[in-house]
Amino acid sequence: MLKSKALLIDISKCVGCGECARACAAANGLPEEEATELSATHYTVVQSYNNDETYVRRLCMHCNEPTCVSACLVGAFTKTETGAVLYDESKCIGCRYCMQACPFEVPRYEWSSLTPRIQKCKMCYERIAAGESTACAAACPFEATVFGDRDELVKEARRRIDENPGQYVDYIYGLEEAGGTSVLYISNVPFEKLGFPMNVPKTPIPQLSWRVLSQIPKYTVAATVVLFGIHWITARRTVVARFEAEEGKKKTTEQAGMGKQKSNTLNHESPEVPS
Amino acid sequence: MKFPGLFKFTFWKVVAVALMTAGVVAAIDRFTRGLGAATNLHDTFPWGIWIGFDILVGVGLAAGGFIIAATVYIFNIERFRPILRPTILTAFLGYLLVIAGLMADLGRPWAIWHALIYWNPRSVMFEVAWCVMLYTTVLALEFSPIVLERFKLKRALKVIRTVTIPLVVLGVILSTLHQSSLGSLFLIVPSRMHPLWYSDVIPFLFIISCVAAGIAMLVFESYLSSRAFGREMELPLLTDLARVMVVVLALYFVVRIQDLTNRDALQYVFQWTYQSAMFHIEVILGVVLPFFLLLFRKVRSNKLGLFYSSVLVLLGFVAHRLNTAITSMEHWPVRTYIPSWQELSITMGLVAFGFTVFSFVVRYFNVYDEEPHTLHRAVEEEKVPDSALKSAPAR
Repeated sequence: MLKSKALLIDISKCVGCGECARACAAANGLPEEEATELSATHYTVVQSYNNDETYVRRLCMHCNEPTCVSACLVGAFTKTETGAVLYDESKCIGCRYCMQACPFEVPRYEWSSLTPRIQKCKMCYERIAAGESTACAAACPFEATVFGDRDELVKEARRRIDENPGQYVDYIYGLEEAGGTSVLYISNVPFEKLGFPMNVPKTPIPQLSWRVLSQIPKYTVAATVVLFGIHWITARRTVVARFEAEEGKKKTTEQAGMGKQKSNTLNHESPEVPS
Repeated sequence: MKFPGLFKFTFWKVVAVALMTAGVVAAIDRFTRGLGAATNLHDTFPWGIWIGFDILVGVGLAAGGFIIAATVYIFNIERFRPILRPTILTAFLGYLLVIAGLMADLGRPWAIWHALIYWNPRSVMFEVAWCVMLYTTVLALEFSPIVLERFKLKRALKVIRTVTIPLVVLGVILSTLHQSSLGSLFLIVPSRMHPLWYSDVIPFLFIISCVAAGIAMLVFESYLSSRAFGREMELPLLTDLARVMVVVLALYFVVRIQDLTNRDALQYVFQWTYQSAMFHIEVILGVVLPFFLLLFRKVRSNKLGLFYSSVLVLLGFVAHRLNTAITSMEHWPVRTYIPSWQELSITMGLVAFGFTVFSFVVRYFNVYDEEPHTLHRAVEEEKVPDSALKSAPAR
């Protein structure tokens, strides 16, 4: 069985050469020109901070319990055994809830297309299935991005931090974020200074929706009983109202009829009680 | 069918035609040049007014449908029956317009039927889609007597009559579910939403506010119809419903403030920021002010007082929905959003279309029963000949 794979990105080792981005573009048939923001044609980008002192690459975090997988109403996203989170364009209806939901704002859209698709990093799914590493990890000359089994990479990250006290911030980004992701970062600069969202919950986000959705069957049963019950309890009101309305109609017809008669005597009909 | 007065020019007709034309032009643009060119949506702001207004507000304003249907059929309060038909009409049109707006917003609208065959029950969006589909069907069935009567399809009418109670029960359940779920959509973005709006109680706030807005919409529609079609506004009924609005507004306010306090978010209300300003519009202008106004019987039982208070409630409701969907997700400078002219045109064009269809249906179908429903019922049950209907007072 294929163990869940992951990427470890060591920000202290990144020099911003952009080889990872170029390799990704080549592997996915994307345009070559550089970008600093993720887009429909850029699955990974390198961003610079602190006057080009620090470089951070961005890509899909391939969460262990992906928000996009739970959010998509037609199930167009799946978390594969390899760890990669994949998008199936054949199911997509373009509601863009995945874009709205992702805590890392990863999924990007083909806004200029008339048949737009979501685009994001695929963790080189075919390469991994063939036993290779991702294109970006293979291309990095400084091993700032390494590919491997997630649990091994977590140990490696821990080891680097412990063996180099003071050099790294004592934090592995992605270890617990959103319940854990398959892309892990360690850094020599505090993460909050590098544009990382620090308020992502440390528990899987899909639970926040499921907590509510799971109550629906109970609610439906209870509401059905209560609503039919109220109708039954109060049903007499309608009978009374209808009786009174018919009485009202009878009186006006009588009065109209009486108006036509020349005789002074009044013909009373006793009101009939509806059966 | 004759169409008297169709080509008479009135100010509002011109406005409606202008808005609908702009909407059509914008729709052509959207479908020929794509979402990127026709909207100001972008990668870091994927949802705009087509979701925030067309869907979130549109669905909420149609809440009157299930409220009055429940009042008449479940709580058996017969005296509200006169407003049942116009309310169902408003609701049915509202949902049809929501679906129309959705077709513009979806990136791949031709694939919308996928929701029927690809299921992800873990998704709030899935639940919203299914409840809206099913409830629109319920509304169509609840609306059908208006059409069936016109074409004297008595047997079909009988069938509808027998299933009315279960339909209404289903309608209440589906409505409460998706009204709250439109809010639950946002439970999934705790780290991206401003603390003034992100909360566990979003679904509850959505259902409470839609009750207030649904009633306010009834007042709004009744007042405008009385002016447009020269008929009496159902003031006594609406005055009673206004009291429900007061209680609901109070409940909304209390839950909102308590929730903010629990989450230590009350501090944001008192800061001088864009978000706090939007909060004040939503809560002070749209909840507190109408609450105090409607406390006075003089306001509740006065046509203009009731109308303008309801307008405030509607504004507050629109503000709440737009704040939840848009304001709360904005973070200057990267995540900002102003709707494009195409987005505004399609939105307003749909609203204008809704008003237009409403007037059309009211003119050519029996929506405002001037005879008590018993006469029509008697015709259906064949206790009275059809000719009795002919002597019903002319509209």
